[in-house]
Amino acid sequence: MSYKLTLKEAQKLLDKLSLTYDIYAPKKLKAQGRYSDTDIIKYEKIKNIDEIEYREKSTYPMKEVISPIQQTIFYFTEDKYRESKVSTKPILVFSRACDINAIKVQTKIFIGNGGFVDYYYQRMYERIKFILMECDFESDTCFCVSMNANITNNYSLAVRFEDDGIHFEVKDKDFTNYFKGYPHSSFAPKFVMENKTKVHIPEIKDRNMLNKIKKSPMWKEYDKRCISCGACTIACSTCTCFLTRDLIYGDNSEVGERRRLSSSCQIDDFALVAGGGNYRTTAGDRMRYKVLHKFHDYKERFKDSHMCVGCGRCIERCPEYISITATVEKLNKEIERIEKEEASNV
Amino acid sequence: MYNPVKPLPHKIVNVKKETDLEYTFRVETKTKVKFGQFLQLSIPKIGEAPISVSDQGIGWLEFTIRNVGKVTNEIFEKKEGDTIFLRGPYGNSWPIEKFKDKNLVIIAGGTGVSPVRGMINYLSKNKDYVKSLHLICGFKNKECVLFKEDLKVWANTFNTTFTLDNEESKGFKKGFVTAFIKDIPFNTFGEDYEVVVVGPPMMMKFSGLELEKCGVDINKIWMSFERKMSCAIGKCGHCRIDEYYVCLDGPIFEYRIAKDLID
Repeated sequence: MSYKLTLKEAQKLLDKLSLTYDIYAPKKLKAQGRYSDTDIIKYEKIKNIDEIEYREKSTYPMKEVISPIQQTIFYFTEDKYRESKVSTKPILVFSRACDINAIKVQTKIFIGNGGFVDYYYQRMYERIKFILMECDFESDTCFCVSMNANITNNYSLAVRFEDDGIHFEVKDKDFTNYFKGYPHSSFAPKFVMENKTKVHIPEIKDRNMLNKIKKSPMWKEYDKRCISCGACTIACSTCTCFLTRDLIYGDNSEVGERRRLSSSCQIDDFALVAGGGNYRTTAGDRMRYKVLHKFHDYKERFKDSHMCVGCGRCIERCPEYISITATVEKLNKEIERIEKEEASNV
Repeated sequence: MYNPVKPLPHKIVNVKKETDLEYTFRVETKTKVKFGQFLQLSIPKIGEAPISVSDQGIGWLEFTIRNVGKVTNEIFEKKEGDTIFLRGPYGNSWPIEKFKDKNLVIIAGGTGVSPVRGMINYLSKNKDYVKSLHLICGFKNKECVLFKEDLKVWANTFNTTFTLDNEESKGFKKGFVTAFIKDIPFNTFGEDYEVVVVGPPMMMKFSGLELEKCGVDINKIWMSFERKMSCAIGKCGHCRIDEYYVCLDGPIFEYRIAKDLID
C-alpha cells in the first residue's frame, strides 16, 4: 500500500518513528569536503526530513552505519577487556538499491565467512531496516545495472521525494499503523534500468588464466598513477577490511581502548608482516589485488555476486582519476589477448 | 552474544630463552589445540599478533616467539607469573591422520620449526605412529638454533639433518635445507609418504621446487603459511590470497594449491 504525505506530515511521521528508531540518512555536510568550500554527503543520524540529501549520490557509502570507519571494540581498565556498548534501538536507514545490495556482500563476510559471526557487525545488522530511495539523478560514474545491483526487494518502506511532499510505499507491516489516515497514492518505486556507463564483466576461466593476468604488464600502469592513498576502498560500498589499534589515554597509561579502523589493501603496509616482509610492494600489485578480489576472488569463494555494486564512488574519490570501469575494460582486453596468445600456441 | 575476538587472561608459567631474539613462553590453559594451529596473543594497550603453538601438554601451551614487532616486544617484557591474553585456536591443522603408517618427511627452517615441534615431539613419544620420519631443520647460524634439547632427542630418534646456512658446527651441516632434500630416500618410499614444509616464504618456494625435481608427488606436500592478520576469523582481509583466507583455510595448504597462489 502506498501513501502521499505533505512535507509537514512527513516530518510528523519522522518524529513518531524517531521514538522507536534511530534514523539515518545521507546528509550534506557543508564545507567538509576535501577542497576549500566543498561539501560532502555522508550517512548521519537525522531528526528532520529536510536533512535528507536525496538529489545526489552520497560521497561515502551507507555501510558506515553498520561498519563505521572507526569504532571502539574494547575498553581496557588495568587487566580487563570490556566490550564497547551500543544502543539497542532499532535502526531505519534511507538507502539506495546499490547500497542495500552492498550490505549482502558485507554480511557474507562479517557473518558468513568461516563460520565466525562478527560481534560488532551483528549487533548493528540485526537492528537495521531499510527505506529505499529512488535514484532520479544522472551520474556518469554509476554502473549498477552492469553489476546486477540496481534492484532490491530488501526494504521496509520506499520513498519518492517531490517538491510538495513524499510518496511512501509500505512493504513491512510493522509500519502500517504509522500511515493510518493518510491519503493513498499509486506510487511504486522505480529502479534504474540503464546507466550511461556500462561494464562488461570479465570471465576468468581458470587459475592458469588468473595467474597469467596477475603477471600481466597491465598493472604496471598503476605503479605510476596510483598514489596508494586508499580513498577508493574507504568510499567503496562493499569493502570490509580493517585493522585494530590499541591506544592509551594520555593522562592515565593504565586505561585505554582497542579500536577497529577501516583499512585498505591499497596502502603499502596492508600486507606488511613483523620483521619487514611485505607481500605486495608496488601500487600495481595492490591495484591488481583489489580489482581481482572484486571481479573474481570474492565470487570464486562465495559462489555469489561479484564484490562490486557499481556505485562508482571509488571513481569519484580517486585523486588520480583512476576509473574502475576503465580498469575492468582493460582487464577484458588483457584476457582476450592472453586467450589469443594461448590459441596461437596450440 | 559470543564475541570471537575477546581475549581471555592466562598465566605465564615459564619463560625460556632459546636465542637472543627468540623466547618460548609456556602458558597455563585448558585450551586444546591441533598440531599446526595458532592463537592470537593479545596485550591490552599494545595489540595482538598471531602466534603458532610450538608444543602442548596437559594444562599448558607453548609459544616460541621471535621479537620482531610491537606486540612481541611487549611480550618479551613478561616474566613467569605475569598475565597474557589469548584467543583461539584458529586455522586448520597438519593432516596427522594422513601421516599414519607412512614415511614422513619434515623440512623446517628457522622459526618454522615452531609449528611442527609439537607434532615431532608427539611422534617421538609415539614412534610407531609413522613408518619413518626424515627431518631436515635449518637455521641461519649457530646463534639462531632453536630447541637445542629437542634437536638432541630428535637426532636420537629419527633420521635427521640439521643445517646452518653459512657455517659448519658440531651436529650441523653447512648449507640451505634445499641442498639436502635430494638425500632423502624417496625412491624407497613407494607411494607411502607425505612431506611437510614450513619456514620463510623463499625457503618454502625453493623446497617445493627441489621436491618436484626429486620426483615427489605434489599431492603429498603440505605447507604452512604466515600472513598479517588483525582478526584471525576471516573478516579483516589482510591474510586473503585469491579466494583463500590463511586464517580460515590455512595456515596449512596442500602444495598443489599453495604453489599457484600469488599474493
